[in-house]
Amino acid sequence: MSVITLTLNGELVSARTGQSLLEAIRDQGVKLPTLCHLDGLSTRGGCRLCLVEIGGSPRLLPACTTEAVEGMVVVTHNDKINHYRKLILELTFAERNHTCAVCVSNEHCELQALAAELGMDHVRYDYLDPDLGMDTSHEKFGVDHNRCILCLRCVRVCDEVEGAHTWDVRGRGILSQVITDLNRPWGESETCTECGKCVEICPTGALFDQGASVGEMKKDARFLRRILDGREKRQWQR
Amino acid sequence: MNPTELHERAEQERRRQRNLRLRLFLCYSTPCLSAGADRVKAVLDEEIAACNTDAQIDLEVVETGCMGLCSRGPLLRIVQADGSEKIFENVTPESAPSILDACLSNTEPTKVAQLSPDLAFFTQQTRIALENNGWIDPEKIEHSLARGAYGALAQALHDMTPEEVCNEITRSGLRGRGGGGYPTGVKWELVRKAPGERKFVVANGDEGDPGAYMDRSLMESDPHRVLEGMAIAGYAVGAEQGYIYVRGEYPLVAARLAKAIKAAEKSGLLGSRVLDSGFNFRIDLRVGGGAFVCGEETALMTSIMGRRGQPVPRPPYPAQSGLWGCPTLINNVETFANIAPIVKNGAAWYAGFGTEKSKGTKVFALCGEVVNSGLIEVEMGISLRRIVFDIGGGLPDGGRFKAAQTGGPSGGCIPAEHLDTPVDYESLKDLGSMMGSGGLIVMNETSCMPDVAKFFMEFCMDESCGKCVPCRAGTVEMHRLLTRITDGSAVPEDLQTLEELCRLVQETSLCGLGMTAPNPVLNTLLYFRNEYLAHVDERNCPAGNCTLDRIPLYKLPEHVDRLAILKERS
Repeated sequence: MSVITLTLNGELVSARTGQSLLEAIRDQGVKLPTLCHLDGLSTRGGCRLCLVEIGGSPRLLPACTTEAVEGMVVVTHNDKINHYRKLILELTFAERNHTCAVCVSNEHCELQALAAELGMDHVRYDYLDPDLGMDTSHEKFGVDHNRCILCLRCVRVCDEVEGAHTWDVRGRGILSQVITDLNRPWGESETCTECGKCVEICPTGALFDQGASVGEMKKDARFLRRILDGREKRQWQR
Repeated sequence: MNPTELHERAEQERRRQRNLRLRLFLCYSTPCLSAGADRVKAVLDEEIAACNTDAQIDLEVVETGCMGLCSRGPLLRIVQADGSEKIFENVTPESAPSILDACLSNTEPTKVAQLSPDLAFFTQQTRIALENNGWIDPEKIEHSLARGAYGALAQALHDMTPEEVCNEITRSGLRGRGGGGYPTGVKWELVRKAPGERKFVVANGDEGDPGAYMDRSLMESDPHRVLEGMAIAGYAVGAEQGYIYVRGEYPLVAARLAKAIKAAEKSGLLGSRVLDSGFNFRIDLRVGGGAFVCGEETALMTSIMGRRGQPVPRPPYPAQSGLWGCPTLINNVETFANIAPIVKNGAAWYAGFGTEKSKGTKVFALCGEVVNSGLIEVEMGISLRRIVFDIGGGLPDGGRFKAAQTGGPSGGCIPAEHLDTPVDYESLKDLGSMMGSGGLIVMNETSCMPDVAKFFMEFCMDESCGKCVPCRAGTVEMHRLLTRITDGSAVPEDLQTLEELCRLVQETSLCGLGMTAPNPVLNTLLYFRNEYLAHVDERNCPAGNCTLDRIPLYKLPEHVDRLAILKERS
């Protein structure tokens, strides 16, 4: 595997060919916020939080979908990008009902942690407060659409790792919503294998175990890497 | 069919047409059909059937595509055997028989509105892409052949190498007519050189801008022109499969294209061994499901592949990895409509039209507050003033010109002081608008600019696919802010929030829809900031359009003082 050299925040660093820019940046210990990205799933480029400045490109590009190439000049943090990341997070919070105090994932939520990390302390936009309802028809799990940020990790993990493709999306724009099967209740799904991967990798409290109370829903998305390493490299250790 | 047979078939059809005493061209495109062209046709058919029994008169009625002057339809053009022609506007089933009688007896019809052939609407246009519009029946391949269709394809296949075709397009200076303005020849060359066993050609006919119908008219009126352009492109880049993507709202286009593809395949002009050469090219029709975002090239391709029509980040560009990961050439249908004339007449001829950086002509759908609205094709570099006041005939009822909206929801409003700007890619961009696909809406003094911006924002909000956050949530928030400005509930800080949000959405969205969605707002803020300020500060709509009956919404910490004052008052 050949090595390439890029300039990251003014310093020369090396990366492997074929690596995504996000991997290359994280390998260097630089923290880059992401929500829709998850190691092991296909890239999406939807949350726009990993946008970076690349020399020669007139636009900001998402690090997750951009390939690292020789000689790239990358800036991950500056006033403009930091400000934009905050604004995007504000938009995400304004879009649905992210009221942490009554959420099953309180204190174990990627969105909440990111807001704290980026110093997002208020939202300057109108809260849209949609009334989207929940689906608790499944014996083991439930979905609260009001907490969904449409990262579509559930859709991807179900399709790409579990191979069931129970999850998909209906509607478009602000009316987009994740659905099970052809918008039938989750409990009646004939394709769901009840594997629980979607719940485990959901970054917010949108997908949860039945019976979980406020702050009880702890998740660990790193299990996905272990499964994939086992499958692909036959490495079963934790 | 080989090129000689193609030539013979065309000549045979021309001979038949020359022998006719009278040819009646009735505009049968969507605007004229909605104005009653089909009823006129029924009456004409009856009249002709009656004439034929006693005098065996040689005449035919041709159901043509769009003639251009849509606001005055149905249009009827009558051409005598000696070549003289007359055009009648607003033809009704009642007036049609008298027009026919008069033309047969060579007298001037009375009480019927006749259009002067010297009308600026016709004389100031330069027709290349639309040259066959209004002269052929799009459902009859013979008509197209008689006007030289597929001649350029034969020429390219038998006398030129793919490299030469690409070179010719590059030298012509043709740029993408979908709005981006990327040099077409360069794109073709990229796909030609891209490594890959299979390549594809895609025609983008998913025209969705409000007020734009250039692509529809092109495909409806001269489908073979688009197919021929695609086949030449296929030969040039080394593709054997083409797709033409038409939006679901254009059923007539889909029907005519399907018929045209079948007719061309039957004649050996598409399919295997095209025109007796070693080149194979199939074209399949794909009909969209009604999403505006599918006009974006990557979303269009995911839709062709049968997936949810959402864009994917570029790079990689379609020329490297498009349909099913293969190199794909994707151009607008208007771009393809310009290919055959370039190959036939040479790059130098085409480069003779237009300005230094924008060559050739551009089709516009001229609508809004103009006397003559319709479809026009003008040379690049023509001033906006000539389009609106000469070709469009100015504003009706003595209205005063306020702004011209170009580029649809991605464009902007050009105010009166910039009326003399030449219409080309760079000049429009400098004004903060864009060429876009070619919608041109003229507005008078009664149009309120924040309200216009709100209209386009609502459009973008409805059409956002929902994949990326800035576009999905940002368009909704921008629309809310614009609604507050137009209903009187805005506070001065809202204007700041709006501008900041506009820049965010512009710079961080995934695809062209989000990147350009704030344009109508930023552009009207640039030229008509006073109107915004009048709404917010004075609670007054200068155009008299908005009812500002809501009270300002104070909600921020900075508003504490003002809230206290309100409390004291009550």
